[in-house]
Amino acid sequence: MGLVIAALVLWGAGWMMNMAIAASPRRTTLAARVAVPVIFGITVLVMWELLVRGLGVSPIILPAPSAIAGAFAEQTHTLWLDFRQTVLKGALSGFFIGCAAAFAAALAIDRVPFLQRGLLPIGNFVAALPIIGVAPIMVGWFGFDWESKAAVVVVMVFFPMLINTVQGLADTTAMQRDLMKTYSAGYWQSLFKLRLPAALPFIFNGLKISTTLALIGAIVAEYFGSPTHGMGFRISTEVGRLGLDMVWAEITAAAIAGTCFYGVVALIERGLTFWHPSQRSG
Amino acid sequence: MRNLFPILTVLAAIVGLWYLGAVWMNSAWTLDRAEGPLSFTEVVRDTMSQDRPRLPAPHQVAAELYDTVIDKKVTSKRSLVYHGWITLRSTLTGFALGTLIGILMAVGIVYSRTANMSLMPWAIISQTVPIVALAPMIIVLMAAIGVEGRAVPKAIISAYLCYFPVLVGMVKGLRAPDRAQLDLMDTYSANGWQTFWKLRLPSSVPYLFTSLKIGIAAALVGTIVGELPTGAVQGLGARILIGDQFGQPIMIWAALSAAAVLAGILVTVVAAVQTGLMRRMGFAQ
Repeated sequence: MGLVIAALVLWGAGWMMNMAIAASPRRTTLAARVAVPVIFGITVLVMWELLVRGLGVSPIILPAPSAIAGAFAEQTHTLWLDFRQTVLKGALSGFFIGCAAAFAAALAIDRVPFLQRGLLPIGNFVAALPIIGVAPIMVGWFGFDWESKAAVVVVMVFFPMLINTVQGLADTTAMQRDLMKTYSAGYWQSLFKLRLPAALPFIFNGLKISTTLALIGAIVAEYFGSPTHGMGFRISTEVGRLGLDMVWAEITAAAIAGTCFYGVVALIERGLTFWHPSQRSG
Repeated sequence: MRNLFPILTVLAAIVGLWYLGAVWMNSAWTLDRAEGPLSFTEVVRDTMSQDRPRLPAPHQVAAELYDTVIDKKVTSKRSLVYHGWITLRSTLTGFALGTLIGILMAVGIVYSRTANMSLMPWAIISQTVPIVALAPMIIVLMAAIGVEGRAVPKAIISAYLCYFPVLVGMVKGLRAPDRAQLDLMDTYSANGWQTFWKLRLPSSVPYLFTSLKIGIAAALVGTIVGELPTGAVQGLGARILIGDQFGQPIMIWAALSAAAVLAGILVTVVAAVQTGLMRRMGFAQ
């Protein structure tokens, strides 16, 4: 009981601290903007630990963060093997192939207005479909190894990426295009100097959506068959053995991988589209 | 309607490519079984009607769809309508839950600076976590604490996928009123509640619906993912799984098509509600 009360007290203290920071005049500084979510996160973790211990929650239902961290530290080798199989081989290769193919297709579509009008509505529709369901088909076609995972990822990222790129390429004003004409710029010149840079925010939007989809696709495809390593494989077998601390360790690894992947794309975006209003901060 | 002809052309091209693909991918099996040399038309005819093709031809999928949607009784375990209904129910539960959480969090974030600073970064990070990794565990967890069946875990997964677009859209929408409009509310001496109900909430409607269209598609994906891990017997995702386990590609493709149709219907319904509501509220179209 004491631990439960301690957890609630801690929650209150963390929230009060955040309120104090949020109300202070220095709330716009970088330190404050990092500190508040970090304090929030730590409070949640410690509360989790205290509640699991205080209420005597069985580790089969919810392991404590310390147990998860223990499993993570003990099994780093396994986690690394799974990470390499799922993220590096499956998700990343699929991500690059899919995004490159969609980008090339978008450039082609962009030159033919007829295709634009025909493909865009269909692409929009397909992007809303639960494409993840093709996973068993791809595993049947490409076998158990990472190729089938990459194939699922390619199919999943293709349409969101295509729509965003096509929309981005259309995002120039008549004035800007006229200016390029008065410079007597050809198709490729105006593509590289005007339309691609103007499309970058859209392209990065598509890329950021695709990072999440890529990991989801690679993990789900492993439920349908995989070699004896891989994040999806490990999660489904460990769930079967009720080794929930390992499952959570694997989820932590997936979360870190997903956040880093997204973060890298966001950093590249910041470098390349520094001129865009959404990237400029006062 | 100007786009109708191009769309139909592209659709026809897709079906054509599909047939070509079916011939190409299934011909290996045809040639394997052949006892003598086959003519081209014989090969093509065989690739169109295999029991377990690598890629079923469109008309095979259509026949399976007709069989499992129209010919079977709705209550039959082999009817896609029955399985679609199971999936739809979970999707709508998850959608309602996710929308509610998203809206509540958005209100909290717009009105409390502390909540904004603490929650928003975590909400963004939560989306980079591949939630599907959690799916098998949520199912076991729910079973361990005594929740029967799969409806609840599926709804939780779809709510998780659906809440974020709603949250982002709603935060944008609630912040959409500009200074002049807020000042006007002040000159009417409107209190916080009145400003919320009469200004902020109405102006968030267009943003909300744009997000809801993404949200409902995401909720359907969540439900289907929740039905994929081993052991599921009901729902479109389970049909895909069972088709995979029993080596019935036509069944997988039929379930996939049904899921596609369901997604189309759901998004269309939300869009129709949006058009109707916005017109009644007097938004310029």
